[in-house]
Order: sequence, then structure tokens, then C-alpha cells
Amino acid sequence: MVAKRVIPCLDVENGRVVKGISFRDLRDAGDPVELGRRYAEEGADELVFLDISATLEGRRTMVEVVRRVASELDIPFTVGGGIRTLEDAEALLRNGADKVSVNTMAVERPDLVRSIARRYGDQCVVVAIDAKREAQGEGVAYRVYTHSGTRPTRYTAEEWARRAEELGAGELLVTSIDMDGRQAGYDVELLRRISDSVGIPVIASGGAGSLEDFYRAIVDGGADAVLAASVFHFGRFSVRQVKEYLASRGLEVRL
Amino acid sequence: MPRIGVLTYGVGNLFSVTRALSRLGAEVLLLDESGWTEIDGLVVPGVGNFEEGSRNISAHRERIADLIASGVPVLGICLGMQLLFEESEEGPGRGLGILKGRVLRLRVSAKLPHIGWSRLRVVRDCELLEGVNSGDWVYYVHSYAPSPEDPEVVVALSEYAGLEFPAVICSGNLYGTQFHPEKSGRTGMRILGNFVALCVRR
Repeated sequence: MVAKRVIPCLDVENGRVVKGISFRDLRDAGDPVELGRRYAEEGADELVFLDISATLEGRRTMVEVVRRVASELDIPFTVGGGIRTLEDAEALLRNGADKVSVNTMAVERPDLVRSIARRYGDQCVVVAIDAKREAQGEGVAYRVYTHSGTRPTRYTAEEWARRAEELGAGELLVTSIDMDGRQAGYDVELLRRISDSVGIPVIASGGAGSLEDFYRAIVDGGADAVLAASVFHFGRFSVRQVKEYLASRGLEVRL
Repeated sequence: MPRIGVLTYGVGNLFSVTRALSRLGAEVLLLDESGWTEIDGLVVPGVGNFEEGSRNISAHRERIADLIASGVPVLGICLGMQLLFEESEEGPGRGLGILKGRVLRLRVSAKLPHIGWSRLRVVRDCELLEGVNSGDWVYYVHSYAPSPEDPEVVVALSEYAGLEFPAVICSGNLYGTQFHPEKSGRTGMRILGNFVALCVRR
């Protein structure tokens, strides 16, 4: 039995953790090293670090910040944001990342996913999928977006998820752009569609606001892991509270 | 402060394990050709496949055997532990053959690799597991696990998709974990801390 995982996410801009709503209106949420250590102590099963610096200047410091965060961790550490080449991925893996997460570049250069997976194994590659709801006849479809949720692609979420799995992704990090930062619940429908489409683990992201939300993402959405940022950074829940709640609802978690 | 060598043989990520050992108070020496006489303990890390690992570690075959014979504690992690055995279903190449037995693919119908947190079931006493209990969680990334000829060397098991496999090996001054203690939170730190404590300054 593999435990369901609870994963805090650090969105880092110019060396600081920030958090916004639907990828905009960012506000400061603290120091990445301090937050990373705190979450690990609270029982986080993994930590995700996404560099969202828009400037080259900000991105240059990324490896150093990753190294500092990783030095304090004794849990798996996933790093993403701005990975364009195999060399970028290598630099992060050498400096303490256990897995790398690719988003925009996975769509633009699918070979990148393949080459990282070949060199380091599937378990090393997370493909991050940002999706937005759109009307499609009577129902809804989910469109994949790149460039921090600003550019629509030709893929629906299910299509891209299957393709990413074929390319060698070991895991999918699925974020609902609509729900991100709103603390009103994950997009369970999106999660369900993706988890029904692939055989690899799905990490739910975007929207956690209540304890029940985490449970729903796993039970109704079929997620193997739940990721959140706002609720942890701004003190609504501790990681431990979430895990205790999931355990009380009968899910297997590491306590 | 014990001086612990971490073998560099071209596989995997040494960052986490060296950081963890330093945090636990060890002086870490990245080992290749030299430095072998100065260490109080050896860690053989490993992420990667058996064939490549086997090729890369072969140059150190005698050094490792001598170290073990002289009583220095040795800890193999994941592939590093598998390489202590004779051979593997993962691919051709000889292991170090210090422990008798083969490394087998996990025979499960579930997806491989087995990645994530699973529980330990402690079945024998071993100083490496001091303070570690059945039910404690550890972190795995693997598709293979050893099948030792002598079942007595297995001191803890884990289970994946209904299959129990060796999680921790103890044989004299030789130790191994199939999981990654450096990624296993407080349980992993406890295990690495126990190992550091076993490495007495020479």
C-alpha cells in the first residue's frame, strides 16, 4: 500500500514564496527555506518548488535557492519552472531536486520529457498541466494552457495527459487555473477526467480551501496526492491537520 | 565525529545523502580512488540501473571487500544495496557478491516502479533499526528487490500490491535499505543516525 500524499507547494519569485489567485495578484508568503523546513517538520510527504520568476535575473538565482531549500529537507523534492533543456534539469537534480516538473516546455518540446525520462528514469519527470474550463456544446471541456496560464494549446487536458504519459512522465501535476488560489475546492471533474485517462499518479492542485476538499480530490477526483499552497502559507491549516483529517476519513496517510 | 565515505561511482544523486549525513554530525568524504583508509564508515548510494552500477562499481570491488573484512560499517542504499548481492534480473553484470542471492523484479500486477511511502514491518533485531518500529513509513523508488539466500539477513519487510519484499538487510557490519532513508523523513533520519553512531572514529 502506498500512502496518499499531502504536498505543500512553494511558488517562488525572485527568491521569495508568493501566492496569488488564478496565477495573478501575487502576494508575499515568506522565505522558501524556512517554509520548506516547516512543512517537512509538519509531516509533508513531499515538497514542490515552482520558480515563477518572470525575469532572467530572478531565474538565475533559482539553482542557489533550490540548493538551500534542499539542504534542509529529508523528504522528496520536486522542482519546476523555466526548465528549457536537459542541462537545466540536470543542474536542478545535481543541486538537490529529486524530480523536475516541466510545463510549457513539455508542450513545446515533447522530446525534453523523453530525454529527461531516458536519462534519469520516469520517476524523475513530472509533467505539470494547467487547464481551464471551457463550454463545449452542452457540456464542458478542459483546455491546456502554457506560459503561466496565458496561452491556450490545441490539447484538451485528457489528450495531453495521455500524451505526457507516453512521453515518459512519471506523474502529472494537474492545476485548475479557474480554481487556483480561490480556496473554494479543487476542480474534481478535471481530476476525474485525467485520472481516468492515465495509469500514472495524479497530483491535484488548485483550489484547496477546506479539509473536505482534500478528501474529495482523492476520493471523487481519483488523485494520488493533494497539493496546496494558500491554505498552508496563510495558516488556514497545517499539513498535519490535513493528514489527520484524511486518516479520520479512512484514507491511508503517513502520520 | 566519524568520517563517512560516500562512494561516487557515477550513479544517482549524492546531494541528499551527503547533506543528511552532515546534518547528523558526520564528516562526509566523497570517495573515489583515494581516502579509503581514512573512513570510519561507507555509504554506497544508488539511483540507476544494475548493469551500469555493476560496471561502475567493479573498480572498487576489492576495496569494499577489504573494508568490510576490517569491520568498518557499510550501508548500501537502494541500488547500492542490490549491488552487494550476486546478480540481478534487471540486467547483466556481476554484483559484488558479498551477500549471497539475487535481485528480483517485484512480481506484482500493479504499476512499477513502486514509488511512494510504504510501511515497515520489523522482523528481527538490528542496531540499524534502533528506535524504528513496525508501521513506520519509508520512501521507495524501485522496481527490484533482493532475495537473499540466507533469510536471516532480512530484518524488515515492506509490502507493495500484496507482495512483501526485503526492506532492510543486516549482516554483521553490512547494512542495506531498499528504500531511501535520506528521503524518508524522521524514520529515515533515525536510521541514518543509527548508522552514523555505528561508525566509530578509528
